[in-house]
Amino acid sequence: MSGTSNELLLIAAIARLITDPAAHPARHVAVGAASPIPAAACWLAKMQGADIRLALLHRPRGNPFTEGTRELFDLAGQGRIDLFFLGGGQIDGQANINLIGTGAWPGTAVRFPGSFGSAFMYLTVHRTILFREEHSRRVLVPRVEHISAPGVSPAGTFRRGHAQALVTGRCVFRFDPGRARFALASLHPGETRETVRAATGFDYDEPAGIANTAGPTEAQATILAGPVCDAMIETYPDFCRRVWGRGAKENGGKEEAA
Amino acid sequence: MDLDALAALVPDGAQLALVPDNSLSPGAFARALVRRGVRDLRLIGVPVCGYATDLLIGAGCVAEIETSAVTLGEAGMAPRFTAALAAGRLRVVDATCPAMHTRLQAAEKGVPFMPLRGVLGSDLVAHRPDWKIIDNPFQSPGAGGGDPILLLPALAPELAAFHAAMADEEGNVWVGRRRELATLAHASQQSLVTVERRVPGNMLDDERLAPGVISGVYVTAIAVAEHGAWPIGLLDEYGYDAAHIALYAKLARTEAGFAEYCARFVNAPGDPSVTILAAE
Repeated sequence: MSGTSNELLLIAAIARLITDPAAHPARHVAVGAASPIPAAACWLAKMQGADIRLALLHRPRGNPFTEGTRELFDLAGQGRIDLFFLGGGQIDGQANINLIGTGAWPGTAVRFPGSFGSAFMYLTVHRTILFREEHSRRVLVPRVEHISAPGVSPAGTFRRGHAQALVTGRCVFRFDPGRARFALASLHPGETRETVRAATGFDYDEPAGIANTAGPTEAQATILAGPVCDAMIETYPDFCRRVWGRGAKENGGKEEAA
Repeated sequence: MDLDALAALVPDGAQLALVPDNSLSPGAFARALVRRGVRDLRLIGVPVCGYATDLLIGAGCVAEIETSAVTLGEAGMAPRFTAALAAGRLRVVDATCPAMHTRLQAAEKGVPFMPLRGVLGSDLVAHRPDWKIIDNPFQSPGAGGGDPILLLPALAPELAAFHAAMADEEGNVWVGRRRELATLAHASQQSLVTVERRVPGNMLDDERLAPGVISGVYVTAIAVAEHGAWPIGLLDEYGYDAAHIALYAKLARTEAGFAEYCARFVNAPGDPSVTILAAE
């Protein structure tokens, strides 16, 4: 797909995971802060007809909640959030995620921002898509140094769902919670089995037939550049300008005045 | 009461709850606390925190913080928080967002603890001796035993601070849809609130305003601070100043840059929020 930016490729890949008929139906999807690519993927799926109620936590206007994130977590506690997105400073081969940091607790070598709601959401929502654009041995490690949220839980521990997949800037991995193991699912353009293996710190399965990650169809690209961009421009102006070349300059020259 | 008098109500060593940068965080109040030179604060991020927290840490006002994250959003990591932690000048107690909410919900009900699903298997649990795990005592007979669940102790912060849109003659304040702040005010021993403006009458007499009101029962003191959330946004009144947060993040990368920021935006006469927004 020449002319398809990496962002559009990732959006298309995540949209396919959202609407995967084999997965728990994504009727109520929540998207957290600083997540324009997952948000765009949700909008794309919705605007292509998927029956999705989309809760964008950082929407400045029309925010879905009247009790902030407290309401989000109460919904998730009841099982009323079907799909959520998480990332990690480190992610390992068992789908554990680390948002604390490296070195001694609480991240005395390199500090990450903190665990946010991950320790709760990973266990209470029906499925999670892990998304981290940087695909390197620094991020994808054999074993996370600290577990903010566990990839799997022992039998007898309450848990509704797991990682469905891990989407990176190089590939898509599927996660099998029964085996606590990833399998390579598709390669982004320019990547090979070897380049992904070399950039990945954890071990994973490599099935015989590996597809190439498909970018958006022409119809999808039109929806993305039009109504999806319209829906996102207020929350993510920089992203919309970078990807679709639309929207006023976010800073509006204010930095000068400041 | 003016902004500096409100800041003077925060004693050294106080436990102070702050809110995220999308939930009416009190920017002007944080700058007033820095000017007052408060020391040894014990901050609580409900459930995470950002600009105000990083500013207070950078200015040497904070001894410890309990939070689920410190973040400047699109501008990235909170630089003074990160530097203070690395230098061993800040005690950090990590949590997870719903645990913070749940502890406040227990406090607002006046019960000593509340359970929360999830979290088991996170390393957070091992670092929180104040969190306990029990087997669910209500599981149905024949369920096979077990069903461990996390118990969290109630948290009633000594002080909470946030910026609301309006205060009325009865001392009620209006936070619009950010009603998670009601839980914070209900649970906290005292709430210090800055507002854009005062309005006449009693907002609880207005059916349309009442759902966004926090009753004056919970509000200890109020100061008018026009543009008092800045550089944070306030509901539909003014937006988040992403350019200023980016500038803060850039300057605060170094001690010298942070000092420059304070000289320009914190210690300048009057609070900069008024003049900067008036100039737009």
